[in-house]
Order: sequence, then structure tokens, then C-alpha cells
Amino acid sequence: MENNLLITYLLFIPLAGALLLLLFPKGKESSIRVFGLIVSLAAFVLSLIVYFKFDPANAGFQFTQKFIWVEKLNVSYFVGIDGLSLVLVLLTTFLTPLTLLSSWKGIQKNVKEFTFFMLMLEVGMLGVFVSLDLFLFYIFWEAMLIPMYFIIGIWGGPKRIYASVKFFIYTMFGSLLMLVAIIWLAVYASGPLGVFSTNLLDLYQVGPTIAKQIQFWMFAAFAFSFAIKVPLFPLHTWLPDAHVEAPTAGSVILAGVLLKMGTYGLIRFCLPLFPQAAIAFAPYISVLAVIGIIYGALVAMVQKDMKKLVSYSSVSHLGFVVLGIFAMTQQSMQGAIIQMVNHGLSTGALFLLVGIVYERTHSREIADYGGIAKVVPLFSVAFMVASLSSIGLPGLNGFIGEFLILIGSFKSGVLNSWWFTAFAASGVIFAAVYMLWMYQRVVFGEYHATPKLEHLTDLNAREMIVLIPIFIFIVWIGIYPGTFLKLTDAVSASIIHQVTTASSSILLK
Amino acid sequence: MTQLIYLTVLLPLAGFLINGIFGSRIKNEKIIGWLGSGTIGVSFLIVVGAFFETIALPTDQRQHIVTLFNWLSVGSLNVSIAYQVDQLSLTMALIVTGVGFIIHVYSIGYMHGDKGFWRFFAYLNLFIFAMMNLILADNFVLLFLGWEGVGLCSYLLIGFWYDRKFEKGTTGDAAKKAFIVNRIGDFGFLLGMFLIFLTFNSLNFNEVFTRANALNISTTVYSFIALFLFIGATGKSAQIPLFVWLPDAMAGPTPVSALIHAATMVTAGVYMVARCSIIFASAPAIMTVVAVIGLLTALFAATIGLVQNDIKKVLAYSTVSQLGYMFLAMGVGAFSAGIFHVMTHAFFKALLFLGAGSVIHGMHDEQNIQKYGGLKKYMPTTYKTFLVAAIAISGIPPLAGFFSKDEILWSAYANAGFIYWFIGVVTALLTAFYMFRLLNLTFEGKHRFDEHHVHPHESPKLMTIPLIVLAVLSVVGGFIGIPEIFSGEHGNNFHSWLAPIFSDSQIRLAQYGSHTHFEEILLMVISVVGAASSIYLARYIYLKNQKVAEHTASKFKGIYKILLNKYYVDEAYNKAIIQPIFRTSESLLWKITDVKLIDGLVNGTASLVELVSGKVRKIQTGVAQTYAVVMMLGIVAALFWIIFSL
Repeated sequence: MENNLLITYLLFIPLAGALLLLLFPKGKESSIRVFGLIVSLAAFVLSLIVYFKFDPANAGFQFTQKFIWVEKLNVSYFVGIDGLSLVLVLLTTFLTPLTLLSSWKGIQKNVKEFTFFMLMLEVGMLGVFVSLDLFLFYIFWEAMLIPMYFIIGIWGGPKRIYASVKFFIYTMFGSLLMLVAIIWLAVYASGPLGVFSTNLLDLYQVGPTIAKQIQFWMFAAFAFSFAIKVPLFPLHTWLPDAHVEAPTAGSVILAGVLLKMGTYGLIRFCLPLFPQAAIAFAPYISVLAVIGIIYGALVAMVQKDMKKLVSYSSVSHLGFVVLGIFAMTQQSMQGAIIQMVNHGLSTGALFLLVGIVYERTHSREIADYGGIAKVVPLFSVAFMVASLSSIGLPGLNGFIGEFLILIGSFKSGVLNSWWFTAFAASGVIFAAVYMLWMYQRVVFGEYHATPKLEHLTDLNAREMIVLIPIFIFIVWIGIYPGTFLKLTDAVSASIIHQVTTASSSILLK
Repeated sequence: MTQLIYLTVLLPLAGFLINGIFGSRIKNEKIIGWLGSGTIGVSFLIVVGAFFETIALPTDQRQHIVTLFNWLSVGSLNVSIAYQVDQLSLTMALIVTGVGFIIHVYSIGYMHGDKGFWRFFAYLNLFIFAMMNLILADNFVLLFLGWEGVGLCSYLLIGFWYDRKFEKGTTGDAAKKAFIVNRIGDFGFLLGMFLIFLTFNSLNFNEVFTRANALNISTTVYSFIALFLFIGATGKSAQIPLFVWLPDAMAGPTPVSALIHAATMVTAGVYMVARCSIIFASAPAIMTVVAVIGLLTALFAATIGLVQNDIKKVLAYSTVSQLGYMFLAMGVGAFSAGIFHVMTHAFFKALLFLGAGSVIHGMHDEQNIQKYGGLKKYMPTTYKTFLVAAIAISGIPPLAGFFSKDEILWSAYANAGFIYWFIGVVTALLTAFYMFRLLNLTFEGKHRFDEHHVHPHESPKLMTIPLIVLAVLSVVGGFIGIPEIFSGEHGNNFHSWLAPIFSDSQIRLAQYGSHTHFEEILLMVISVVGAASSIYLARYIYLKNQKVAEHTASKFKGIYKILLNKYYVDEAYNKAIIQPIFRTSESLLWKITDVKLIDGLVNGTASLVELVSGKVRKIQTGVAQTYAVVMMLGIVAALFWIIFSL
């Protein structure tokens, strides 16, 4: 049980692939691309094997592997997954090959380095989701920053340096606070355990015993770091810049997976490690989440750049996820987890689509478009479905997440007020406003073959291959969410249980 | 057939997928059109079969639930894709598939030659798919799927001619407005659903309504639920204050206006209120709100209808007004009367719209009735059927509109009071007036179009036959709901069919006051005579003495202008709500809070650091990569320090 190598293989595949890639001679662009794609597909296949072997009824960690790494510190290489990790691992391995395929034409410069960084990024992201030792987690968390930083900084737009530095400084700042908290926690653990420990399972026992006053500080340090990553209002301003400057693949991974590391961290660490603090902070964080929902939507509404609009919409959508997490009900928690996936799919699709037209027209200005339904019908359909998924139309994936989050937060004993839900639900109105308005201005109206638009061509086969798998899941989750919800059922119940038993003074419904 | 009811959902879906995916390659209009219509025709037959099966059963066994699969199951929340066949859903399903089929067939003629022909039929089938989900759902969440789905189809079809101009903007503006205003209503509907789940711990109709009937829950909770649900209804069914999208929805092709924006989708709010009658009946204050909003909407929209010159606009305001009647019925507890009016209205309003479509078709897309005139000799079938519909909507016996409208007015009088009846009758008179103004300006008198350029012609059979069918229904459709005072012992068939659905709510509502048959007949006579006089007046003014109209318009210039501009509601919303939100978002939120405040703080911190470290400037190369490496080294160093200091 303690020595299942499956997860390690999962990390090893992209890592080995990335290193092997370095052996390729420069100039062999197409073989580099194909090799990168094969490696990422292999990782996806392996994650599917994990999925089929996974026992959803078991709330604990499965496929764990552990060996002592730094003996002196009692730090171990300790990996394993539960339902929460699994859905995010699947999302990561699913999106990575698609982004590589989507960059086939868009990335022409330094293909080798690009593919290398993308694969390293995958290692980092997977590592974050499977680490069960805080030390290991922190290393992956930091390591993953570097490839992302280079992807924005090298293949990005004109203001890429500003954006990448901003991204780096923002997230680094949060990380340092978390590092301090991890060290403090490990030292504190040596009290009850008799030994210094960064083992998450140990800390789950120790955390709730920390005095309330100190728990607050610990919680704050972790939560701050995660909130930047989410990003939670008002720590979101790095996101639009990073998105706008990042190449398409970077944006897709950034929105699709990277942001989820923040919400993952909140569920994995903040809630069970510091339960009393989590419950005490819940209303305040939820207020920020709700502000983020409305604020992000309103600011998205007035954007003139498509990518910026989509990135502000992420602020809004992630606000829903955070609300769902801190409402701490079965529905809201499962809603939050599925919404992480949904956001990855719908926003990923939107970034891909914007990237597709950008490749042809070199413009993301909404005003440069109009009436393109006439010339790019397939694109228009795809753009419509992605938009509808993003605004939570029932029958598509976005609705399932939003609905569960809202209905769960409505009856939340932790929040204990309708107002959170009432304000959050107004986000569904604004979402329709900004998405449909953008859609209308870009796709509807009279078409004029301006110099920018005259080279606009419809989706090609490669782009369809990238988009269709995403759309399959958009519909699948919308119509038969059970496949995915059953993965997170036990783990959500267990996390809520962990929080509530530790702070039994508050009754939950 | 009852067990096959899910096919009435799946067939239109299949039609949508086939036409949507392969339509552009099929090219043959006949195949596309008849495939699209066929799926609805077969669905109609299944519904008819289910209807006869159901009516043969004893009253207490008339509800069936056909479950397909479990949809959303988390914690205590558990909803399925499951369809409920009962008296109410069958009634609605008959209307939707029946009228839907007729309009599909009509569309084959109307949309002939349009380059988006296949797309049109794909959307139309998608609409029926969503609408069937809405009315057959056995739970709130599936109903909401249909609810939003019909909204989407409405959006797609209003913006169908996406490159055309419409009024001050484009069809896209109208489409977007419809969707967003509906979403405002949906926001209310969602909150209603959440509160229902919190209160009854379920979202299945049967469970919720049984518990609502059995449990002792405070009126306040019921009132909030009912209010939230009603907000949803005002959006979908275009009531005050959310009616503004419906007149603009006329940007869509006319069959769409007939199907979605007259006969079916807009009545979804009425259906939903009727479905939740037990909840509304438990919230008397909200019942009053529903009745008053319905009544005011009916009157308000009718006054606007008096002066509009666009043939579809008149009909649009008329629809808003008639929907107001239906909510009046709901609000005064006359649920089955309201559903009865949904049915008769579907017949005559669909007919009016299709007739208007026939006129527009024959007049080369001209929609201004001031530029029509004397069309009856060019389009005799359209004229005759239009006349039938106009009489029906005016409430002249024995046509369909008379029975349903009269029942609502009578219930308003009996359950709510004289003033409700009075305003209702005034609205009826206005209705008769604007309808015959429209009829006379269009078909009677001298022609006012340029004969050299416009050659009016009757529409093809594919379009006129649907008109005739609907005309027949508009004549005889009311007979199934003949009031008790005329039919004697049999009672009102329509009532007794729906009665089991509403029995619990009727018990909860205060019993009907005892009024004499004499009163009922007297009130009936007043409204009929009034309507007839109205028709005569319209005929007199617009046929014989048009000066009166101009004279009145100039004499009451202020009022006329207000009515012509629809009370400036759009402008007010724009100034009071939309503009401020946009301005705040653009300047205060984005350019000040985000860019100046937060980023200022972030960048300020960075420059502060730079300032302080002015002395160690040499190591600040400005190359971010170096910073990154230094930071990483720093972390590693810190870790080592910790490791070895322990």
C-alpha cells in the first residue's frame, strides 16, 4: 500500500520526456512537437489507468508511495491521490496534450525550449496535486512557477516582461509566507509527535490542536498564498496581465490548471489543517469571493480585449469556487470541485478560440471584429458553445458547478445567511451580459472584409481535434455529471467532516 | 404512449442534431423542412395517444412519471431526467406540439429561399426540445433546463438574421436584450428554487407539493418562495417590470414570433405558476401581487398597442397584454381559467402572427400598417382567417377568446373584486379597438402602398392551410371550456379535467364567494357589448373617418407621444440602470480600483523597494531571470539553514 509506483510513474513520464527532449538537435521542430505530444498523451493514458483503478468510495489517499527523503528533517517523498487530486490530475493530463497540439503553428520560435517548459510545467502541476508532504508540495509549487515564468516571458506578447515579473513577484510573495507557515507547522508538530514532521497525514492530526490564536495566523499565511493564485479579489491584478501577454498555451494552462492550485490548496490544507480558523474566516473570505464574482463580471463587461475579458471572467468564476469551498456543505464543496474542472474546460476553450482567431488576424480587439459568423461558421458555433458553457447554461457543464455551489451556500450553516448566495447568483446575470455582448460584437452584425479580417479562415482539422474533446466533456458533465461527482463524493464529505468535528461548536446542516 | 413520452423530447432533439450537423450539406429544403416538422408531428401524435390513455383512467390515476436516468445527485439533492405526464403537462404538451407542428409547416413556406433555412429548422426543433423539457419535467431543475433552453433558442432565433439592422441597432441587440432580461428573471427563479430546497429538502414536484400541503410552514417563507418564482415568471412571460424584451423580440422571423413569443414560450411563466399553485395559494399577499401585476401589464400594454404602427409591434404588445390576463387569472386563484386562456390564446395569437407573416411576405417585408390598406382583395384567405382571430381575441361569443377571457374576468370579479373586473373589461375594450384598427388599416379601405413597386399576393398553400387550421381552432377551441351556466350538468369540461391538479390549492384558497348566475350573465353581457362597440368605433374611425384619429392624436399630443414611445420605459432603464452600471464598471472599478489602486499599490511597493535599495543598485540588473534565480537560491539557502540549525 505504501509503495505503489503508479503516481511516481505519472510524474516520471513528463519529467523523463522533458529531459529526453533536450537531446533532440535543434531544427527538428516537427519531431520535437510529435515527441512532446506523445509524452503528454502517455501521461494522459496513465492517468486514465489511475482513474479506472481508483476506488471512489474510499475517502482516504490511494496509490500512496512513501520513502524518507531528508532523514534529518523527517521529510519524505510521499505521494498519493484522493478524489480531489484525481479530478485535477485528469484535468492536467487532459489539457496538456491539447495545448501542445494547439501551439503547433502558433509557436515557431524555440520550439524545443517551449515543449520542454510545457512538460516541466506538467510535472510541477501534477506534483502539486499528488504531494502528501508539505515540503515536497512546496518544492513543486515553487518549481512550477519557473516554467510558467519563462513561457510568458519568452513566448508572450509585447508587455511580457512586465507581466511575467508581476506574476512572479505576486506569487512569490505569497509563497514565502506559506514557507514560513510550513516551517512553523513542522516545528510545532515535533511537540505532539515528538518529531519534526511535514507529513500531511500527521499534520491533519496536529493542526486542529493548535491554539486558536495561532491557527488564525497559520491559516492566514496559507490562505494568502493560495488566494493570490486563485486569484481572490483584490489580489487578482496579476491575472489579466499574465493572460493577455501569455501565448495561447500558457493562458490555457494558467486558467485551466494553475489557478486551481490555489483553490486546491484551500481545500487540501487550509480547511483540514486549521478548521477553527477556517470556520471563523469563512464569512470574510466568502465576502471577498462574492465581491470577486460581481467585480470580475462588471470589469469583464467593459473590456475591449477578448483575452482580458475572458481573464476577468475567470476572477468571477473562481469567486464561485471559493464561495463553494467556504460554504462547506456537501453540495457546495462538490460543486466547487467540479467547477474547477468546468472552468478549466470552458475558459480553456475560450482562450483556445481567441488564440485561433488571433493567429489569423493578429488582433484581440473586439472592435476589430464583427459579423464573422458569415465567414467562420464552425468557429462561431464553437465559440457559442464555449460561451454558453461559461455562462452556466443548464445542459452544459458550467451550470452543474454553479448550481451546486449556489444551492449549497444557500443552506450553509457556516455562512448562515442568504445574502452570499443572493449576491453571488446575480453573477449569472452579468455573465450573460459580458459573454453575449462580446459574442454579439465579434460574431454577429455585418461582415466587412477589413484588412485584418480578410485572412480569417474557419477552424482547420487540427483545431477541431483540439476543441472536440473539450466539448465532449462540456456536454458530458452537463448531462451526466455523476461520472465525475462520484469521484469527489467521499472526499468532500470527509473534508467537511474533518472541519466540523474539529470545531464542533458550530452546527452544520 | 404514455411510456413513450420521452420521445416527444428526444425526437425534436434528433431533428435538431440532424439538421444542425448535416443541414448545410442536405441543401434540399423539402427534406430539411419536413424532417423538422415530422419530428414535431410524431411528437404530437404521441401526446395525443398519451392524452387518450390518460383520460381513460380514473381521475386519481392520471399521473405518470417516466424516468430516464439520474441527473444530479449530491447529498440530499437528487434530481433525475424524468418526465411527468398529468393533466396539466398533457394540456401544455398538446398546445406546444400541436401549434408547434402547424407553425413548422408554415415555416417551410415562409422561410423558402432563406440561406439559413436549415439553421432555422434546427433551432426550431431545439426550441421544442427545450419547451417539452420545461413542461414535462418532474422537478424544478429539469424545468429550469427547459426554461433556460427556450431562452437560448429565443436568443438564437431573434438574432437569426444576425447581419440585419433592427430599429436603432441590430437584431443581435434585440437577441441579447431578450436573453439578459430573462436572466434577471432567472435570478429570481434560482433563489426561489434554493429556498424551496432549504424548506422542503427536495426539488421534485411531487415531494415538494406534498410536503407543502402537509407541513406547517410560515406564510413568510411561502411568500418569499412565491415572490422569487414570480420574478422568474415576469421575465419569461414579459410582465411588468421585465416585459421590455418582448417587443424587441419581433426582430426574429415571424414564425418565431408566433411560436415562441406568442403561443408557447412566453406562457411558460403562467405554466410554472400553475404548476406551483399550492405554493402561491399559501401566500395570499403574493397572489395579490400576481393579480395586480397581471392586471396592470394587461392595461399598460394594451394602451401602447393602440398607437403602434408596426404590425408585429401591435401584436407583441397585445401578447404582453394577454399574458397579463393569464397572470390575473393566476393571481385570483382561477388557475384552470388561466391555462384555458393559454390554450385559446395560442390558437388566435399564433394565427394573428402567422397572418401578419403572410402579409409581410406578400408586401416584400414591409411592416408599417400605415403603408398597407385594402389588402383583403389580394389576400382573401389571410384576411378571413385574420378576421376570425381578431374577433376571437376581442372576446365576441362564441369564439375561443370569449370563453377563456370571460372566465378570467368573472373570476376576477368573484374572487378579487369589482375593480379587477373593471380594469380587465377596459383592457378588453382596448384590445378590441387596437385589433380592429390593425385589421382595418391593413385589409380594408384604400391601399396606401406604391402599386408600381409593391405587388401584394396571397401566400402559398403551405402557409394558408396552417392559417385555416388555426382559424378553425380559434372558432371551436373555446367549446371545451363552456362555463357551467351554459352547459348545465356537464359542467366545464376543461375545468374538471384540470381540477385534480389544483384541488389542493383550491382548498387552501378561500372558497369562492357565492354569486348569482344573474351577475355572471350581466357582467358577460357588459363585456361583450363593450367589445362590440369598440370594434365598431375602430371601424368607424379607421375606415370612414380617419381624421378623427389624427385629430385625437394631435389633441392629446402629449399622451399620444408617450404611448408611441412606450412610456419611455426602455429609455428610463437605460438611464437609470444600464448606463450607471457601465460607467461605474469602466471608470470606478476598472480604471481606478484595478489599475490605479491595486496595481498602484503593487507597483508602488516594487518601486519603494527599488528606492530603498538604491545603494545596492549594482546587483539589480533589471533582468527578471536573474531575480528569479536569486530568489530560488535564497529559498534553497533558507532551507539549508533550517535543516542544519536543527
